Amino acid sequence: MSDALVFHFDVDGENFTSAGQASTQVKKNLRQLGLPPDIIRRVSIAMYEGEINMVIHADGGTADVSVTEDCVEIVLKDSGPGIPNVEQAMQEGFSTATDSIRSLGFGAGMGLPNMKRYTDSMEIDTEIGVGTTITMRVNL
Amino acid sequence: MKMSTIRDLLGAEVLCCEENLDHDVFSACGSDMMSDVLMYVKDQAVLLTGLTNPQVIRTAEMMDMRCIVFVRSKRPNEMMISMAEDDGIVMMATTMRMYDACGTLYTNGLIGTAAHV
Ligand SMILES: Nc1ncnc2c1ncn2[C@@H]1O[C@H](COP(=O)(O)OP(=O)(O)O)[C@@H](O)[C@H]1O
Ligand SMILES: [Mg+2]
Repeated sequence: MSDALVFHFDVDGENFTSAGQASTQVKKNLRQLGLPPDIIRRVSIAMYEGEINMVIHADGGTADVSVTEDCVEIVLKDSGPGIPNVEQAMQEGFSTATDSIRSLGFGAGMGLPNMKRYTDSMEIDTEIGVGTTITMRVNL
Repeated sequence: MKMSTIRDLLGAEVLCCEENLDHDVFSACGSDMMSDVLMYVKDQAVLLTGLTNPQVIRTAEMMDMRCIVFVRSKRPNEMMISMAEDDGIVMMATTMRMYDACGTLYTNGLIGTAAHV
């Protein structure tokens, strides 16, 4: 759609402390647009999990969010290691995160399942050694 | 339950947003794993955790939570306090351990999420 509103973010892969800043900003922007609170919550939780994944599994990447008349689309793109087995990665509890990540509160293996649960559609495009692009949509 | 009641029940020290203490909250969850918290999108307003990094505040923000209770005498740093202040999230610290803090709130009527799902 021509009148789509778009937001672009670079997600720093070096910095766990700043991880989630893009999602926080998107949440603010969507609030300003006056979208319903439950939609905003679903978008921001899904994006937050994806943003954290880019930082802990893929050295960062980019996030693009567009808002059209009928949906919010989130595209998370990284040049990380890729996901060898998507079906396995989608299972609740599956995680390759290290103990040090786990001690920070992540690595429960619930991120991808949460992202799927909170969005109306989710596509994972991934190639080993090249990177991962995840496209999620929440219908308005 | 008013957040001031949570403070009293847990003997907690309020760290920020004291002005919101008389707001009511209706359910809570306790966890050190943020994705577990992010699993239940129901209106949990209070997060009890032993974790102190900025992702705790961001998780609470994403979930529209109103209050974070740090157990086992854990303390957030200045950066976390200013993040919570920006969002109006009340933070408090108690010496109680997770199990005792959750149990105390639960038996006094602050339910978990299972009752909602
Ligand atoms: N962007 C990504 N790049 C590479 N691997 C990823 C990415 N996102 C997820 N994964 C893989 O999928 C697994 C499951 O992800 P997730 O459900 O979010 O759990 P967690 O992040 O807690 O490990 C991760 O442990 C990791 O192996
Ligand atoms: Mg994850």
